[in-house]
Amino acid sequence: MSLSATLIPLPVLVPTLGAAATLAAGRRPRLQRLIALFALSVVVAVCAGLLYFADRDGTLVLDVGGWGQSVSGMGPLGITLVVDRLSALMLVVSSIVLLAVVFYAIGQGIRDGDERQPVSIFLPSYLVLSAGVCTAFLAGDLFNLFVGFEVLLTASFVLLTIGASKDRVRAGISYVMVSMVSSLVFLFGIALVYATTGTLNMAEIAVRFDDVSSGTRSAIFAVLLVAFGIKAAVFPLSAWLPDSYPTAPAPVTAVFAGLLTKVGVYAIIRAHSLLFPNGGLDRLLLVAALLTMLIGILGAVAQSDIKRLLSFTLVSHIGYMVFGIALSSQLGMSGAIYYVAHHILVQTTLFLVVGLIERQAGASTLQRLGGLAAASPLLAFVFVVPALNLGGIPPFSGFIGKVALLEAGAQSGSVLAWVLVGGGVVTSLLTLYVVVRVWTKAFWRARADAPEGHLSEAFPASLLDEPEDIEFVDRDHVGRMPVGMVAPTGALIVVGLALTVLAGPIFAYAERAAAEVLDRGQYITAVVGTSR
Amino acid sequence: MTTFLVPLILIGGLTSAGVYLLLERNLTRMLLGLLLIGNAINLLILIVGGRSGNPPIRGRTSDGATTTADPLAQGMILTAIVITMGVAAFVLAMAYRSYRLTTEEEVGDDPEDAKVSELAAKDAPAVEEDRSQPAPARDTDLPDELDALPGYEGSR
Repeated sequence: MSLSATLIPLPVLVPTLGAAATLAAGRRPRLQRLIALFALSVVVAVCAGLLYFADRDGTLVLDVGGWGQSVSGMGPLGITLVVDRLSALMLVVSSIVLLAVVFYAIGQGIRDGDERQPVSIFLPSYLVLSAGVCTAFLAGDLFNLFVGFEVLLTASFVLLTIGASKDRVRAGISYVMVSMVSSLVFLFGIALVYATTGTLNMAEIAVRFDDVSSGTRSAIFAVLLVAFGIKAAVFPLSAWLPDSYPTAPAPVTAVFAGLLTKVGVYAIIRAHSLLFPNGGLDRLLLVAALLTMLIGILGAVAQSDIKRLLSFTLVSHIGYMVFGIALSSQLGMSGAIYYVAHHILVQTTLFLVVGLIERQAGASTLQRLGGLAAASPLLAFVFVVPALNLGGIPPFSGFIGKVALLEAGAQSGSVLAWVLVGGGVVTSLLTLYVVVRVWTKAFWRARADAPEGHLSEAFPASLLDEPEDIEFVDRDHVGRMPVGMVAPTGALIVVGLALTVLAGPIFAYAERAAAEVLDRGQYITAVVGTSR
Repeated sequence: MTTFLVPLILIGGLTSAGVYLLLERNLTRMLLGLLLIGNAINLLILIVGGRSGNPPIRGRTSDGATTTADPLAQGMILTAIVITMGVAAFVLAMAYRSYRLTTEEEVGDDPEDAKVSELAAKDAPAVEEDRSQPAPARDTDLPDELDALPGYEGSR
């Protein structure tokens, strides 16, 4: 067995075993932290290796169990794990984010946590979440994709409601219900696919769908799109996100915002290019993308809590990715892939920065914040770089991704595509408006000018939230920002800037990934074994 | 492939009952709704797997069937049942916690949403002030176009 085939299952195996080990080491927090850091570092290294091999050798396939093929020319029996350039890129970016956020959470726990923290569940759930995300990216099998979604969702239920305070239970209920409905819709779609094709292997489904009438195909695609659309938070199906994410602790919100919606976007890319390549629902997707962008960002304009505001920008920017996918062109897909990588990094970084703001200033709402630029220039710096990046200011990767998408829209040339180009520009400007508003209010003005500037939370919360308002002047001095929290945030900013500095090679990689995704023949050949 | 009508009607009935329950605000009912839909989909997978037959084990037969039953459909149903059960346990725990915290198990409104809608209510009077005021010098006994504006119904 070659080295690359040995590496493929590791991103799932290592976090799963790590979760078991951390659970067993529940009473020894130091050992638990070491195991979690070690497991996720291994995953980063493995994913980097997979990226190298996938770029060098093309699509990598592993038939788990090695049961062989039922009939030659047909798909393999058992579960298939597939790594192509797209999934390798997603794996690398996700594993970097997962590692940085676990550093941040541990740094926060060491500094602000105390013995009452339920840390003994946090790290195992976090590792299970990592395993679920990796399973979803590796799945070459529709049902395995479903299982990956379920694993990451179940872990996310635990993380979102950690501590089970009143707010978190309220947010958790709607999150669990919406997620379960989307899973059931997905399962319904799987049943329909199985009824139509009699297989679950995605490559084989793609082959057999060629003989299915386009009406049936579109109907099944629509069912799957509803399921993935809820997970990716595409408008009309996005209302759950800003209600549930902001109540979770900062590192949890950061990793949810960065990764969970992108898993949905990844599933949309796969379904759109591999299973249903004729673009039957592209117009619908374009309209959904436009509405996601505009309504998401208008929601952000109305918010005063930074976490909620960022959740709305998250929804809004999902629209850009759906836009790129729905164009069904090489450039559109490259732009979407590049944008996914950019957005995972920048959105996670911003939520981590909000965690720092909350810790230093005792609030995350613009009603109370002020004077942060003077109080902590470092905090202002770590906010402003990803914020401008999100807003799409020229040298940054957000600008490069948006330009690629807008160019792809212009290339496509249809009226609807031009409307979307306009919508994209407006959304970008409004995003800039939103982050500048946060900047002027939280960082620029004096805290005395904030309407509720005299109030603050009593002490820095790490994982538990026990909101208790006191006068800001009475608040204990929290000290400098802990290195354990600033360093991972800074590292993510550096990785985000690397997307800008190395934009040439990375965008070229995204183009190769897009070409590979759009040319489904070679995916099918790699999995099924013969060119049909 | 031929299918029987009765299971399909059953699936439709279970799903619609499930959706109805899911639209309630009471957590227990929502959970029951989820379970009903989950069972409907399991039934669908079972039907999709084709007709019954021999157990998919080498050398076993059942009632002289000539074909083998599809083991994959059963595997999927089993996985789905386990997942639904786990989530149901979690939802029940959450419902109990919610009941302990608020002594009710209804899903509450989002307080931040309420704040935003209060903002809108705060803006509304400000907008009203911008509206053209009826000129007091005019003869107000006669109906005029201002009477049609909301808030100014009837002559003053």
